Amino acid sequence: MGFSPIGEYRPGTSVLHRLPVGTKLLGLVVLSILAVAFRGVPTTSALLGLAVIGCVVGGVPVRRAARSLRGMLVAMVFLAAYQTWQRGPERAYVVVGALVALLLLATVFTTTTQVERMIDAITRWLEPFRRFGVRPELVALAFSLMIRGIPLTLEIAAETRDAARARGLDRNPRAYLTPLVIRVVAHARATGDALHARGIGDD
Amino acid sequence: MSRIEFDGVVVRAVTPGGPVPEITVVQETTLDLTEQRIALIGPNGSGKSTLARLVNGLVEPTTGQVLVEGLDVAKKGREVRRRVGFVFTDPTAQLVMPTVIEDIALSLRHQVRGREERAAAARNVLASYGLEELAERSVHTLSGGQRQLLAIAGVLATDPAVLVADEPTTLLDLRNSRKIGDLLLGLSQQLVLATHDLDLALRCDRALLVDQGAVVADGSPAEVVAHYRRTAG
Ligand SMILES: Nc1ncnc2c1ncn2[C@@H]1O[C@H](COP(=O)(O)OP(=O)(O)O)[C@@H](O)[C@H]1O
Ligand SMILES: [Mg+2]
Repeated sequence: MGFSPIGEYRPGTSVLHRLPVGTKLLGLVVLSILAVAFRGVPTTSALLGLAVIGCVVGGVPVRRAARSLRGMLVAMVFLAAYQTWQRGPERAYVVVGALVALLLLATVFTTTTQVERMIDAITRWLEPFRRFGVRPELVALAFSLMIRGIPLTLEIAAETRDAARARGLDRNPRAYLTPLVIRVVAHARATGDALHARGIGDD
Repeated sequence: MSRIEFDGVVVRAVTPGGPVPEITVVQETTLDLTEQRIALIGPNGSGKSTLARLVNGLVEPTTGQVLVEGLDVAKKGREVRRRVGFVFTDPTAQLVMPTVIEDIALSLRHQVRGREERAAAARNVLASYGLEELAERSVHTLSGGQRQLLAIAGVLATDPAVLVADEPTTLLDLRNSRKIGDLLLGLSQQLVLATHDLDLALRCDRALLVDQGAVVADGSPAEVVAHYRRTAG
């Protein structure tokens, strides 16, 4: 079973669920800028506090929060070690702590935002560009396919790796990369057919 | 009832690097399909999928034409696809949104404008298939049977006049394939059903036996299935 590392929407009625998509995204951007512009122990501590509050209010399960960090764990450990060595533990806390906080806040965003709402928002934002030939619905659809594609690709990757292992070929990257690429491309084509058959993209 | 016509349809495919540069996938075929439930049967690679795909323009004829309710599929693709729904063997590729309710809502985008109204309409659709409890679930966590049921619900939500289904039960267990089969055969829409399940074929109103790209038997399902059983291997 594949799960998206960035997390999936969990229904709820919290303030964060009800906030408009644009407000939430803008909040994320502003907080990221603050993290860099006012780099320091107070900023990082405040961001971490906000992230924890966000997780609690938005109902992000602890396991999911942990999973969102796990993907970056190795990178973060290296970064922390490097910063400690070069500039001391305080600097390591400031940098890595801010990264953890922003990752958690991004997870809060995906957990509290329905993809359909995101698509509606994107469609609305792109509306003014229609006269330049942009088709907002298609961009929005591509976006949702991408989000849907992440867990699916992971699932296919796991299956092809198991299949290679079952044939004793797990030391040969070609034995699972080749079928992986073929299956991902085949899946993309099948999805294209399905969209075509559903009349999506015709208008 | 709708009407599907094949008029001198031939499908050829180029096969670069193959022993011959071009193969004939469908040999010249002329058909007038007016029955409600039409089964396409025949061995693997005989051309069932290609015939099914011709009906909504996923495959275009090399020569000849396909008409649905008098509309030429090659020229009026958009209008035809609005009338013809398509169900694939593997629903995974057909479900494009992350959650069950969002996928149904996507189908309803043209019919229901407001987001709240659309969510309510999608919930109604789910309820009519007994899927309401799965509304917020990720399509990823559904069983094969649930995925296929959802894929069919998503297609039927667009209210097509014709439903084409390409081996919709092949990946399912016995219980789920019965359930999906009963659902499809009970529809009020015209149904074109490519299948290896001869029991399903027998419950249709007309059956076509396809072999090596040609319709080799056409008539009542009982006769055509009997012919297939006699001649298959
Ligand atoms: N685009 C294509 N290029 C080459 N060969 C094709 C193409 N489409 C179908 N075929 C071949 O035509 C035959 C019929 O295919 P298909 O319609 O999928 O049969 P079925 O659904 O009955 O198994 C197969 O041998 C298949 O390999
Ligand atoms: Mg087939």
